[in-house]
Amino acid sequence: MGMTMVEKIIAAHADKQKVSPGDILLAEVDMVLGNDITSPVAIEEFKKIGISEVFDPGRVILVPDHFTPNKDINSAQQAKILRSFAREQELEYYFEIGEMGIEHCLLPEQGLALPGEIIIGADSHTCTYGALGALGTGVGSTDMAAAMATGKAWFRVPPTIKFVYSGSLQPWVGAKDLILYTIGDIGVDGALYKSMEFTGEVIDNLSMDGRMTMSNMAIEAGGKCGLIKPDEKTQNYLKNRAIRDYTPLYSDEDAEYEKEIRYDVGKIEPQISFPHLPENTHPLSEAEGLEIDQAVIGSCTNGRIEDLRKAAEVMAGNKVRDSVRCLVFPGTQKIYQQALQEGVIETLIEAGAAVSTPTCGPCLGGHMGILAAGERAVSTTNRNFVGRMGHKESEVYLSSPAVAAAAAVKGYLVHPEEVVK
Amino acid sequence: MKLSGKVFKYGDNVDTDVIIPARFLNTSDPEKLAEHCLEDLDPEFTDRVTEGDIIVGGKNFGSGSSREHAPLAIKAAGISCVIAESFARIFYRNSINIGLPILESPEASRSIEEGQKIEVDLQEGIIKNLDGGQEYKSEKFPPFMRDIIQSGGLIEYVKREQLGRH
Repeated sequence: MGMTMVEKIIAAHADKQKVSPGDILLAEVDMVLGNDITSPVAIEEFKKIGISEVFDPGRVILVPDHFTPNKDINSAQQAKILRSFAREQELEYYFEIGEMGIEHCLLPEQGLALPGEIIIGADSHTCTYGALGALGTGVGSTDMAAAMATGKAWFRVPPTIKFVYSGSLQPWVGAKDLILYTIGDIGVDGALYKSMEFTGEVIDNLSMDGRMTMSNMAIEAGGKCGLIKPDEKTQNYLKNRAIRDYTPLYSDEDAEYEKEIRYDVGKIEPQISFPHLPENTHPLSEAEGLEIDQAVIGSCTNGRIEDLRKAAEVMAGNKVRDSVRCLVFPGTQKIYQQALQEGVIETLIEAGAAVSTPTCGPCLGGHMGILAAGERAVSTTNRNFVGRMGHKESEVYLSSPAVAAAAAVKGYLVHPEEVVK
Repeated sequence: MKLSGKVFKYGDNVDTDVIIPARFLNTSDPEKLAEHCLEDLDPEFTDRVTEGDIIVGGKNFGSGSSREHAPLAIKAAGISCVIAESFARIFYRNSINIGLPILESPEASRSIEEGQKIEVDLQEGIIKNLDGGQEYKSEKFPPFMRDIIQSGGLIEYVKREQLGRH
């Protein structure tokens, strides 16, 4: 019996020929990641271990992206802890404001997330790197601390659910709709402790940006990771980016899956996740007309160039409705710059959107777009929990960038085709 | 070790955003975090909780963000143990790593009610309802995780093992 991708990756890092779901073992990690919320706790814990240096200054990545540019004094203190630690440890990959991006947009762009590698991050959306065939998985600060000291982490080998997507996508339907639909189908704990493997012709045809959107939200179904087979597209993406050689790993033909779930995507229309769980997914047609106060376009889920292009395509020649605040967050400085060069930013600003420097800000109710009681946002982010974007009586509806842009123009949820001029 | 306390009962999918909202994450001081623990879900929690009390949740407890501030806040609020039908995986790891006792028991999660007094034998994984008399068994931890728990958390475990640095 063969192995699935996740089993192979863990085996390769634990010096084993074969591992099976349920095995618990220590594995070497290739990269350890933390942000300005989780790293201060990790750094404090690291110091308790009594080891003076991180296991490898080229394999610990710190990205101050959540409450930065510093939103208040406490946040400034937290960011300072990262900065000081990065200097003291001479970390190769610390990203200061100006080169900083939203971590899960930034790492792939910088060639720091590679096929066949293990990346643990003290951030739940570390699963994004599954799109490159890497075992990226979220952990907490203490795991991060232990891994900074030892270069290792403990893993329970997860069973794998294989998702097969076939058929042709409808216009204005993309990766975000596919993943919201999937989470709606299996539920927020539908892949609890499991590896999700996204396969099929539809995934093959997705861009790297689209694949990252899908893998990013594996955690919203409880998944440990959301893996996609690295292919020629992956290799092309990594050309001139990858910081080192890598060895892609693939699921064997006779690998054992816990389950296989097939979707004919032709039937899927744009999707909306209603409050207060990502699994409350509905077709857009059931949500049309719902008025919104704010539209957020960006985040580690949808802050990439293709996402911004889609938003601009919808907003071109249109105006953001008076009753709406439309906030756009490019994922990284490079994405921002590319969007500038392509005229995407101009289109968005012309339409009345406010464009910000990269930050996780509003997605988690941190800053830069907090909702008041009773307010409603459509957002391309990944969570719509109670109080996620602000007041506990505010609401977040999750959507694709095209749908969020269309809602910004009309002031209510509407199909993008009704807005595009 | 036996723990006992009164129960705070919650439903499915208690996420880490309601356990400790991001607006309070500009500090990592457990005492300060505890002041806002579960505020958006149960505004009276922090007033009513007393040392040793136990949270009983439903499915997928601790879902969402990886913030370790969530189990830290729960622990610092005085909660001695969390029982749930199932835990989200990062919360599960974090709790073990920081030494917050957690137990998975679908039966206990379904049957135990708000305000009841329960007793938990962590060693044996037995949960006893002192008000109703029923007993529930939880899954035992695999040996590796038991080691971490018995060491008092992952940092103590790493110190002991000096993993990778002999």
